[in-house]
Amino acid sequence: MPQILVQDLAKTYRVAERDPGMLGAVRGLVRRRWRTVEALKDVSFSLERGELLGFIGPNGAGKSTTIKILSGILRPDAGRVEIEGLVPYADRVKHVGRIGVVFGQRTQLWWDLPVIDGFDLLRDIYRVDPQRYKATRDELVAMLRLEKLLDQPVRQLSLGQRMRAEIAAALLHEPSILFLDEPTIGLDAPSKLAVREFVKKLNTERGVTVLLTTHDMHDIEALAQRVIVIGHGRVLADSPFEALRANVLAERRLFVDFAGDAPVLDLPGVEIRRRDGRSLELAFNPGVTTAPALIAAITARHAVEDIHVEQPAIEEVIARFYDLHGANEA
Amino acid sequence: MNALALLGRYFGASMRSQMQYPASALMLTTGQLAATAIEIVSIWALFDRFGAVKGWSFGEVMFFYALIGISFSFADFLTRGFDVFGSDFVRTGAFDRLLLRPRSAALQLVGHDFRISRFGRFFQAAIILIIATGSLHFVWTPQAVLLALWTIAGGIAFFSALFVLQAVMAFWTVESLEAVNALTYGGVYAGQFPLSLYARWFRTFLIFIVPLACVAYFPVLAILGRSDPLGAPDWFLPLAPAAGFVFLALAFVAWRFGVSKYTSTGS
Amino acid sequence: MDALRPYAAAFSSRFLLMMQYRAAALAGFFTQCWFGAVHLMVIAAFYLGAPDAAAASPISLSQAITYTWLAQGLLAVMPWIGDPEIADGVRTGSISYDRLRPVDAYALWYVRAAGWMTARLLPRVALMILAAGLILPLIGQSQWAWQPPASLSAALLFALSETLAIALACAIIMLINIVVVATMNARGVNILMQPLVVIFTGNLLPLALYPDAMRIALFVQPFAGTLDIPNRIYFGALTGQMAWVGIGLQVFWTVLFIALGRLWLARVMRRLEVQGG
Repeated sequence: MPQILVQDLAKTYRVAERDPGMLGAVRGLVRRRWRTVEALKDVSFSLERGELLGFIGPNGAGKSTTIKILSGILRPDAGRVEIEGLVPYADRVKHVGRIGVVFGQRTQLWWDLPVIDGFDLLRDIYRVDPQRYKATRDELVAMLRLEKLLDQPVRQLSLGQRMRAEIAAALLHEPSILFLDEPTIGLDAPSKLAVREFVKKLNTERGVTVLLTTHDMHDIEALAQRVIVIGHGRVLADSPFEALRANVLAERRLFVDFAGDAPVLDLPGVEIRRRDGRSLELAFNPGVTTAPALIAAITARHAVEDIHVEQPAIEEVIARFYDLHGANEA
Repeated sequence: MNALALLGRYFGASMRSQMQYPASALMLTTGQLAATAIEIVSIWALFDRFGAVKGWSFGEVMFFYALIGISFSFADFLTRGFDVFGSDFVRTGAFDRLLLRPRSAALQLVGHDFRISRFGRFFQAAIILIIATGSLHFVWTPQAVLLALWTIAGGIAFFSALFVLQAVMAFWTVESLEAVNALTYGGVYAGQFPLSLYARWFRTFLIFIVPLACVAYFPVLAILGRSDPLGAPDWFLPLAPAAGFVFLALAFVAWRFGVSKYTSTGS
Repeated sequence: MDALRPYAAAFSSRFLLMMQYRAAALAGFFTQCWFGAVHLMVIAAFYLGAPDAAAASPISLSQAITYTWLAQGLLAVMPWIGDPEIADGVRTGSISYDRLRPVDAYALWYVRAAGWMTARLLPRVALMILAAGLILPLIGQSQWAWQPPASLSAALLFALSETLAIALACAIIMLINIVVVATMNARGVNILMQPLVVIFTGNLLPLALYPDAMRIALFVQPFAGTLDIPNRIYFGALTGQMAWVGIGLQVFWTVLFIALGRLWLARVMRRLEVQGG
């Protein structure tokens, strides 16, 4: 039995539409037109204890709807969710006691209170045993280097400091599953690294299952063993990250600076992506031709000053993937 | 930790965060005192111009006014989270945060904030009560004190119910409903006057639908030792505040309905 | 014309946004009906209970009733609070962008406040006229109804005076906005506004019903121009020269508040610049 089981999830919203202009506004007061939006059409997946799953997709693809359903605050129209034997939205109070949730853009701490007071309140809200709480808290404080922040009101923390405090706050009750929604959004580079390092440790050393949504593909690259790509309310891909990269964009780039003006090239399996004076950017499929063969073919016929090969950036992999599945139309 | 102890923690946290700005807390309290004190001026102006109304003196109306004010100030103090529910929780999405915690959302909303400034209205109402006592030469017997406390308890339940109902409306509209705020304040205003001033349909409304009269008019008659000129039996008068608790229970039924609507539409 | 475009856009975008809030408009309408009904019954009880009400009061019961419906129908015009959008901007810091735009911040905020106000006003006042002006007489309750203006000239003067009332109320809202920006806090000033507005506009009780000794003071104070003056013009209690004096007072307060607001806002904005806020 997997820890998280999601089957055939569907969810439709009704959105009010307004006709444009002043007259439309007045008409909208009297009669409303509704448009239905299918946020989720058919989403299924399962997760074993201790997995670290990256959940990605363009805005509006259905990521946050899925997270809301999994965390018990939204009821699906159809389908089934079972997490550790509980149906989240049916047993909400019991379920949320076992999970931790961090929203990157919202705080769960108390703005005007020192961090430590917020932690203490959460202890009481989650009914954590005081002894146990103290041990967990001290450990989290040490791991996330929060010692100096504990007595400061939350409003005085920097974004990076606050995010570390938020993560600690979500773990005080020792949840077995952690939902992270855009945990690195807006953070500076060192804070991002600190967050990633901590999450990785939490997952590998404590066996906490982590479900991460993000727009920052470096989070995915650094953390996720497995990636689910969601688009148009469906699961478009569910595979290890490296496999996704290899399948989706089995493409390398060759950058060539010629001695003179860039020539017209016609090589099988090669596409010219950019031409700029004496430089060319070529894309090729390593399954069709290899980099050494390609370089040999070019240098044999043309005078070349510089040449190098690149793997496409991960953002590009994903963007390409969305394009392939038409997931970007929305 | 049980619910009551948790509320105690919330209370402490709320006081600590307000005490970070003591000057602001003091100013808001004084502001509330002034804001509510000025209302009585308009009532006084009516008595000044027209004299007593249907057998009620200014002193008696002040008595109604004061007890309603005390009940309201406590309800307002306890249900701030419901009062700002639409603007601070639904519109911002912060309500999700409450649902992600293993406690009832209503409990967390009560604990959300306890505004010290609400005591401004309380002090003002207490002062009016003292003035009214003097002007009516009223003697506070232990029985009258108990009855007043019971009336205030019912009144707190009643006004809390109004705030809860106001929050329920926020599930259907995201605009900050400062307009609906007026419904609660409208209740305060209507309760300040003896029921017998109102038209029959409105009296029915205030007894059976929104039972304001049960936490103001009827029990205050019992405290003042007057019979109801409209003919409600004397035994009923001191029991009436119980209706405030029934009303609160019904408000929570509506609340549960709203929460289930929220969790099925996500908005 | 082009110079006015940003302001027209600011007005209409705010107007259109606010018009979407149908439930809020309905809630506002019911609240107004509720308050209107309670006020009517209380005032009527005093009028009908007094031995010689006609002598006791400078306005008749029927005028007081129309006054009450006007006060409720025009509730959205009253400057209860600063523009919530400005308060939000102060909290989130987005207010600083308004300094960077090549537009007049005062004028921009003023038209935004006007859009916010009128969009809340129109649906509510339309519903109130329907309920208190048409339905009440139709169900045989015309003694409680919102009566039409006293005469055609009263109606025309009222239209002018009500327009000025909106202009004046927006100028007052601007002063509140500036306090909000200067103190970085909306709650305090909003709380202080409630009692001023509720009493001095005539919202709680027609100003004419306060003791006669206060009559002149209540007439010349600025809040009278947001409700009491247009109302009295409406039912013909303020006619001829006195009507024009009332309108003159509205103009005077509006011009004064706009001038004060502009000067003050410029100073506050400069200070924000220095602080880099």
